Amino acid sequence: MNKKTVITILVLLLICVGIAAYPLLLPSDSDFGGADGKAEEAILAIDPGYEPWAESPIELPGGETESLLFCLQAVIGAVVIGFGFGYLVARKKYNRQAAE
Amino acid sequence: MQYTKNERWLLTAALAGSFSLGLAATAGAMHIMEGYLPVGHCLLWGAVCLPFLAWGLIAIKRIVARHRKAVLLLAMMGAYAFVLSALKIPSALGMSSSHPTGTGLGAVLFGAPVMAVLGIIVLLFQAVLLAHGGLTTLGANTFSMAIAGPFVSWGAYALLKRCRVSQPVSVGIACALGDLFTYVVTSLQLGFAHPSEVGGVGASIAEFMGIFAVTQIPLAVVEGILSAVVFLLLQSFAKPELREIGMLQEVR
Repeated sequence: MNKKTVITILVLLLICVGIAAYPLLLPSDSDFGGADGKAEEAILAIDPGYEPWAESPIELPGGETESLLFCLQAVIGAVVIGFGFGYLVARKKYNRQAAE
Repeated sequence: MQYTKNERWLLTAALAGSFSLGLAATAGAMHIMEGYLPVGHCLLWGAVCLPFLAWGLIAIKRIVARHRKAVLLLAMMGAYAFVLSALKIPSALGMSSSHPTGTGLGAVLFGAPVMAVLGIIVLLFQAVLLAHGGLTTLGANTFSMAIAGPFVSWGAYALLKRCRVSQPVSVGIACALGDLFTYVVTSLQLGFAHPSEVGGVGASIAEFMGIFAVTQIPLAVVEGILSAVVFLLLQSFAKPELREIGMLQEVR
């Protein structure tokens, strides 16, 4: 990977952080709740008599447990991606060494 | 394309299942229960998904059989969808949070059908363990996130490639468009299920677009950028795998 690519990647990642952090800096009292929650409100506004006919198979005790499970989801993914890139990067390195 | 006996069986079963679900949907629509999506809609979207899932399973089987080398990459694409769809990111448009889909990159690399299967795994995980999404709405969610979005990414990438746009840029734009389109489809699905009394389906769709699609615009940009970054890394470190699946373009 050459220097130009490294800088490009770093700049791109910074832009991502910027896009994600920018709304938090805006003066507003929004709590940035989920868009799905807003949709529920919208459904109720359109059709006030509506009741959900099915419930989630599990009832999470609270926000902490939910964040644990979301975290777990990200961890599972990150482990696989990390393993993959670790393998790929090391392969490239040792192939080059073997060629020399 | 030649199909083996097992593959033909799988496709037939999926189409038959899809057809019978479709019939059940018409029957069920007579007494619509109340819910996020009426039962008929749930069954209908489920029915639409089945053939794509069968197509995806066959595609995965072929990759495993013929492109052994690329299986690691395929697993990484599934993992990428896992990570991205766990990240709830605040959005300046809409002042609410949503998450990217992560299904575009895999679609560009391996073709959209594969993502139907990888995407439904993510959605099942979220529906069963996280109480996010739902089992009754699994069909509708699978269609938007694991089928419609990936197909848009796949198509957009093919188009951009033809226009000689550079590969990482094409990947980025294709993934951003697929992400955005996923939530456009979600808005359409909800609009059809909950038509507004005043403006009908159109007004409802506009309402839900305002919630989902607008919120999603910055997140789609983030997903596009991240996908391009991962692609740049793959270009540096996974050349043999990219060559294996025909994704290696020598940089001129």
